[in-house]
Amino acid sequence: MTRRLKEIIIKRIFFLFACVSILILGLIVTFLFREGIPIFRIVSVPDFLLGGEWYPTFDPPAFGIWPLIVGSFIVTFFSTLIAVPLGVLSAVYISEVAPRPLKEVLKPLIELLAGIPSVVLGFFGMVVLAPWLQDTFDLPTGLNIVNASLMLALMAIPTISSIAEDALYTVPREFKEASYALGATKSETILKVIIPSALSGISTAVILGMARAIGETMVVLMVAGGAAAIPESLFDSVRPMPASIAAEMGEAPFRSEHYHALFATGIVLFLLTLAFNLIADYVSHKFKEVGSGTL
Amino acid sequence: MEDNRVIKTKDVNFYYGKFRALTDISMDFEKNRVTALIGPSGCGKSTLLRLLNRMNDLIDGTRVEGEVLFEGKNIYDPEVDPVEIRRRIGMVFQKPNPFPKSIFSNITYGPRLAGLSDRVELEALAEQSLKQAVLWDEVKDILGQSAMMLSGGQQQRLCIARALAMKPDVLLMDEPTSALDPISTAKIEELIQDLKRQYTIIIVTHNMQQAARISDKTGFFYIGKLIEYSATEKIFTRPDVKQTEDYITGRFG
Repeated sequence: MTRRLKEIIIKRIFFLFACVSILILGLIVTFLFREGIPIFRIVSVPDFLLGGEWYPTFDPPAFGIWPLIVGSFIVTFFSTLIAVPLGVLSAVYISEVAPRPLKEVLKPLIELLAGIPSVVLGFFGMVVLAPWLQDTFDLPTGLNIVNASLMLALMAIPTISSIAEDALYTVPREFKEASYALGATKSETILKVIIPSALSGISTAVILGMARAIGETMVVLMVAGGAAAIPESLFDSVRPMPASIAAEMGEAPFRSEHYHALFATGIVLFLLTLAFNLIADYVSHKFKEVGSGTL
Repeated sequence: MEDNRVIKTKDVNFYYGKFRALTDISMDFEKNRVTALIGPSGCGKSTLLRLLNRMNDLIDGTRVEGEVLFEGKNIYDPEVDPVEIRRRIGMVFQKPNPFPKSIFSNITYGPRLAGLSDRVELEALAEQSLKQAVLWDEVKDILGQSAMMLSGGQQQRLCIARALAMKPDVLLMDEPTSALDPISTAKIEELIQDLKRQYTIIIVTHNMQQAARISDKTGFFYIGKLIEYSATEKIFTRPDVKQTEDYITGRFG
């Protein structure tokens, strides 16, 4: 066999493998849309998205996923509120402040947090946090927004922290030296040079952390409480979209309206995470040309 | 003539971990003079330069022995704040390293941290520093734009202007032209000649012609030791030590 032919064959094989994953993704998306779209023959898109009532098994059924969307956004928002400061600050500490021995312990520990199965976190939220919340604040249930947000934050922290740390790590040493040489202290250098230079990477970290939280299923299924209603307080239960899909899919008859409605919810969720990823990609590219002094 | 010697090092030894990078360096640096440090790579000249404003503090596992006196005071005294030292002893690096901020923000970064906040004063200072660094005419209309847009030579002059904006007493330059083209290099050399009227300049260079052109005194380093230190003219015409002569004539290094 000639060398040229070998090259061509190898190229083709790699191309084939690359195609497989794209093909599978394409098939999943096609399937998702094929199974979800029929619901729009029964309810209009605005009614589906903005309808306030989700009673898929009533007669007549109501397919409004607004409470589910609100539930998803609200737990994502509050978990982000908790996870961003913790994730970013721990990244700053690990990459810029911690002495090396401590750094070598902390970094794998935070990454280990990412390895905890979400069902374990959910379990912890159910049997430890929920009773505590219930007793402390005298609530009807401890399975609520606060609980879900805290557990989701625990899941998002390692994502945010490790991506933000990578971003901080790539800030050129020259910037730091320039800052110190101008009489800046360590904290001034971190706040005015290092963090601003890593901002696009840190934003990417935050958005991917949010995407992680909005798509997470098991935790919200276990600890969000499952009430498909617009919450009125932080201690109310909610039913985020993934939880709704996971809980109901087993009971929905094949190709029934309910089944199609759940797939349509899946489409919404898919588009949302896609949007998060596109934003993260955009943000990380936008400031990419701002590197060290080019010659 | 005590006043004339701004910086003095006394028996300075410097270690990276166990490796001894500098051995018994005793050297005086005179005011309003350009002092060049030359020698082959790894001879310790940059290490010495970075010792003079405590930039080596930033590297883990380093240790200094001996004294570095700045205006008669040991800058390695535990009571001395390195931040204070770096405000008075500025530094320009080998690779132009402007911040990814506007030209104006680059210049005013240091003064702002030092507490200057009046906009008019900052603008005046920016103009003055950029004029000193002979960059003003090229950038006066684009002060708000990113410093990253400038050419390498302009960036390096910006870095010099940025260091000058702190109104330092001493300016340390670590191979400031090694990453630049000949025209930018000529501009910066010219600038150094102007600046020495107001500042004490210590420059590390790989380029011996450069040392000969711009410096008043030259120190030759080899494997962590100061081999010879005297007037530039003498070093380049009739050095006392054979090693210096060999290096200068290009027999090694």
